[in-house]
Amino acid sequence: MSRSISALAVTLLLGTFIVPAHAASTEADYKAAYAAAESANAEANKLRNQWTTAVSALAAAKKAAEEGDFDKATAEAKKSEQLSKAAIFQTNEQKENWKLIEIR
Amino acid sequence: MTMRKRSGAVLAGLAMAVTLLAVPAVATAADTPNPPADLKAFQKYFKDKFPKVKFEDFVNGPYSMDEGLYKQWKEKEEFPPYEFALDLGKELMAKPFKNGKTLADCFPNKGIGIRQDYPYFDTKQGKVITLELAVNQCLEANGEQPYSYVKDEMAAVTAYMAYTSRGKIFDVKIPDDPRALAAYENGKRYFYTRRGQLNFSCATCHVQSPGERIRAEVLAPALGILNAMPIYRSEWSGMGTISRRFTSCNSQVRSVPLKPQDEEYRDLEYYLSYVSNGLPISGPGARP
Repeated sequence: MSRSISALAVTLLLGTFIVPAHAASTEADYKAAYAAAESANAEANKLRNQWTTAVSALAAAKKAAEEGDFDKATAEAKKSEQLSKAAIFQTNEQKENWKLIEIR
Repeated sequence: MTMRKRSGAVLAGLAMAVTLLAVPAVATAADTPNPPADLKAFQKYFKDKFPKVKFEDFVNGPYSMDEGLYKQWKEKEEFPPYEFALDLGKELMAKPFKNGKTLADCFPNKGIGIRQDYPYFDTKQGKVITLELAVNQCLEANGEQPYSYVKDEMAAVTAYMAYTSRGKIFDVKIPDDPRALAAYENGKRYFYTRRGQLNFSCATCHVQSPGERIRAEVLAPALGILNAMPIYRSEWSGMGTISRRFTSCNSQVRSVPLKPQDEEYRDLEYYLSYVSNGLPISGPGARP
């Protein structure tokens, strides 16, 4: 029993050193994140309510990827996707709710 | 349950059913487009919110909200920063095109004193025609290059036309055409719809917060906000048109602006101008 616990402890300890706290993003990670961001961007544009910050993050992702910084490129692409999704949510939420503040 | 009690219960049930049926009908009535009622409610809102501001002073934007700014503006008007635009505008209106015609030829009364009639709904084209669009339609119809919608020549020409219309009362009409009413409603929807990362609508600043400061600036009331256009803005170090104002407002709330003179912007101008009917043209204006 105590041998099993020791083995588990060693495994966990080794694991701490072997698995880094934050795995580096690869070009493939970036490409997947960028494709998702581009898709959300296209949808927000189609709804005619895109946020400038989503566009900036998408451009920053592309620039970072061109410079070979896939960590930054992936993070910016994911940020852009989230911002675009928020813009889409806002558009849909406002379809009827704009009437709530209308002066009547 | 006696017969009388049962009848009472049935009647109560019927009354409830009628009430339930009536609620959506009331909601529908409230949603029915009614521009004159909108105008009345819109103007009443601002009159009630700012009882000390004279009705005709709303066209002076932030100056009508702040006594100190009002004094500064009065002094500034002695040497107005938009003066150079008036000279250029007058010159451009009379400058012959390659075909010998002029910009003035495209407008009633040669473009003098007509600002208050724009925008209007053109039933032939089936869309809202703003003064800026009319200028570029004239240029293109005569084989000339259109102006940029946001500043320079466009601002100069519209400044001159506004200047010659000062004091004339905004009289924007909605013809008996469902497309005109739809354009008006579309403009109203755009005005109240929140957009951009800051989640602001036009109304957030210009209905809910006029007179308040946003950083160093005093927000203008939506009532009469277009009567002073185009404007010289110190922030821009130059003149700007209504198109410039709309696109820059969108950018400021972190929303990607539409193209100048996009249908939604023209409809927005139609709505905002209509609800300011009765107020005088005061353009061109000068703003911080």
